[in-house]
Amino acid sequence: MKERSQRWARFRRLGLALLMVALPAAAFSLPGLAAPRTVTMLGTWGGQELEAFLKVLEPFEKETGIKVEFTGTRDLPAVLTTRVAAGNPPDLAALPNPGQMRELAAEGHLVDLSKVLDMNTLKNQYAPVWIDLGSYQGKLHAIFISADLKSLVWYNPKAFAARGYTVPKTWDELMSLTERIAAGGVTPWAIGLESGAASGWPGTDWIEDIMLRTAGPEVYDQWVAHQIPWTDARVKRAWEIFGQIARNPRYVYGGTTGALSTNFGDAPNFLFTSPPRAYLHRQATFIQSFIRQNNPGLVAGQDYDFFALPPIDARWGTPALGAADMVGMLRDTPEARKVMQYLASPAAQERWVAALGKLSANRAVRMEVYPDPLTRKAAQILVSAEVFRFDGSDLMPAAVGSGAFWEGILRYVGGESLDDTLRAIESAAKDAYR
Amino acid sequence: MQRGRAWAWGFTGPALLLVGFYLAYPTLGTVYLSFFDRRSQHFVGFHNYVDLFTSSAMRTAFRNNLLWLLVFTAATVGLGLVLAVLADRVRYEAVAKSVIFLPMAISFVGAGVIWKFIYAYRPATSAQIGLANQLLMLFGREPVGWLIERPWINNLALIAVGVWIWTGFAMVVLSAAYKGIPRELLEAARVDGAGEWQVFWKVSLPLLQSTVAVVATTMVINVLKVFDIVYVMTNGNFDTEVMANRMYKEMFQFRHFGRASAIAVILFLAIVPVMLANIRRFRQQEAER
Repeated sequence: MKERSQRWARFRRLGLALLMVALPAAAFSLPGLAAPRTVTMLGTWGGQELEAFLKVLEPFEKETGIKVEFTGTRDLPAVLTTRVAAGNPPDLAALPNPGQMRELAAEGHLVDLSKVLDMNTLKNQYAPVWIDLGSYQGKLHAIFISADLKSLVWYNPKAFAARGYTVPKTWDELMSLTERIAAGGVTPWAIGLESGAASGWPGTDWIEDIMLRTAGPEVYDQWVAHQIPWTDARVKRAWEIFGQIARNPRYVYGGTTGALSTNFGDAPNFLFTSPPRAYLHRQATFIQSFIRQNNPGLVAGQDYDFFALPPIDARWGTPALGAADMVGMLRDTPEARKVMQYLASPAAQERWVAALGKLSANRAVRMEVYPDPLTRKAAQILVSAEVFRFDGSDLMPAAVGSGAFWEGILRYVGGESLDDTLRAIESAAKDAYR
Repeated sequence: MQRGRAWAWGFTGPALLLVGFYLAYPTLGTVYLSFFDRRSQHFVGFHNYVDLFTSSAMRTAFRNNLLWLLVFTAATVGLGLVLAVLADRVRYEAVAKSVIFLPMAISFVGAGVIWKFIYAYRPATSAQIGLANQLLMLFGREPVGWLIERPWINNLALIAVGVWIWTGFAMVVLSAAYKGIPRELLEAARVDGAGEWQVFWKVSLPLLQSTVAVVATTMVINVLKVFDIVYVMTNGNFDTEVMANRMYKEMFQFRHFGRASAIAVILFLAIVPVMLANIRRFRQQEAER
């Protein structure tokens, strides 16, 4: 009798244990009981950018109950490549550039967004250039949620006033100001080309800006598409103009070694030391967040300001170079569609640009949302620029745009002959553009 | 007998399957892919290999891997040996060895980040934030762009980080072997009138020979795969490229699967002889026992 009850007890215990394992498993497999529906998203954002992005998502998550799980990595191309190859892509990806978008689209990994978004609204809100940049073979594959204006020179207005410098209107004025500062025993420019595994990119922006100003947008497009070689005289001239500043130790704080080893985010700090170590810094709008973070207490417009990089050849005026953050869709789920629709809306983008001081490519975003007059000024330049071109190195195949070009900048500034540098990039380009 | 064989297969079978699946299959797959183009669609024969051996980036990488091989191996084994013998004679041996061994606990990436700070460059008119340049300034020298001065200073600066990490390992293994040498032998040599140098070169070193070989080959295998330090600190810029970093770039940045696979195959072929030598040595040792 006793033996039997013991056996029964053991049996009951076993049953209970099985139930405890089975119940949660069942709960997960029932859709109603599962965790709230999530959308996975991969991108490069971290720190301040990630915080801002989470703020953008807040009202959406509250309203729809859809959770967005964002994974940020600075190694996005590698992680994305691996996950796509493994058949485990995220639902959405914040893509670093149109080049990457095209590669993914060409391999058929991106969802055609005309099925997801209302194209009429989109065409009303975005200038054609942004729709084109997000399209591959006539199909929209990514949208731009924010943009950066690159052709800016940052300066310290108080230091300028103290030494009687004025904002240059032409390239010649810029160069004579440069020479005047150098003659006064100070270095005029702060340049930082170091950026970890991406070192060199700030120099590519210089070349692109100069190309637009010396050769014009058509030649720029040909250069980006590799219809003219890197050894072309017009390309060479742009490098030489960059080299006149970057390779001159009298013009750059710390000389070439300083330019090569200073992180791009730290470089503008030299404008705000006392006395200033440098007076001019060419960089995109996003540098403002670095300036603010590294030098708390500086007031936008009073302690730091920018002017547009002056024209070189009057014929080509003052074109605007820029870059932008794109979002593409890798998995077509109803929840992911909703997130895409939300991110494309002016409401979401207003929250995003307001938090970060970035610009919006969306015309429906109101000017009032920009957090300070400086950002508003940049937004106006971007919206009203007669000629706008996207960052060329981001459009080129990675082996050139983020390979040989970046490396070439470092080699050239490091003292290599220009012909050798351009020949090396040209041979990489011959191989990369098929 | 028959049954014994069945048992043996029963035990080794799963392991063999795993090795086959995780090692042999990917290896053969990589060799196969190395004969195809960037998207693994078209057969290109030895084209990727020709590309690699003619590209200047890869020539730099080969040269640097060779430099790492020589300097890193010599430095870790040499320093490890010196430290093992010296540590044996100090009272606070355990503490000294722990301190030297400590960097082993830090990942390559972590070490890269730490040393990037140590090598940080600021122009002489700014306050230095890097230890190495601050020391130079103390002696009235100009700061040096440690990671930029090519081709020797920056490569050696990177190798120094690897040596910093691995010397502790070499020291511990060599120290264990050194302590295994019967003290009477060393005493006998000293009684016979040998100086410390002679004792070391004529008695200790020959007895340590097989351990030195094991440590050295381990280091060689290690260093042929060097990647993290270079990726974090220079990403191969300024002529510091190494093969593994080039492979990473070709694979993940440029998405050229064929060329990346070809580099993997070359690395694999370079490591195999060392591995075989190691295995043969182990076999001999087992046989001697």
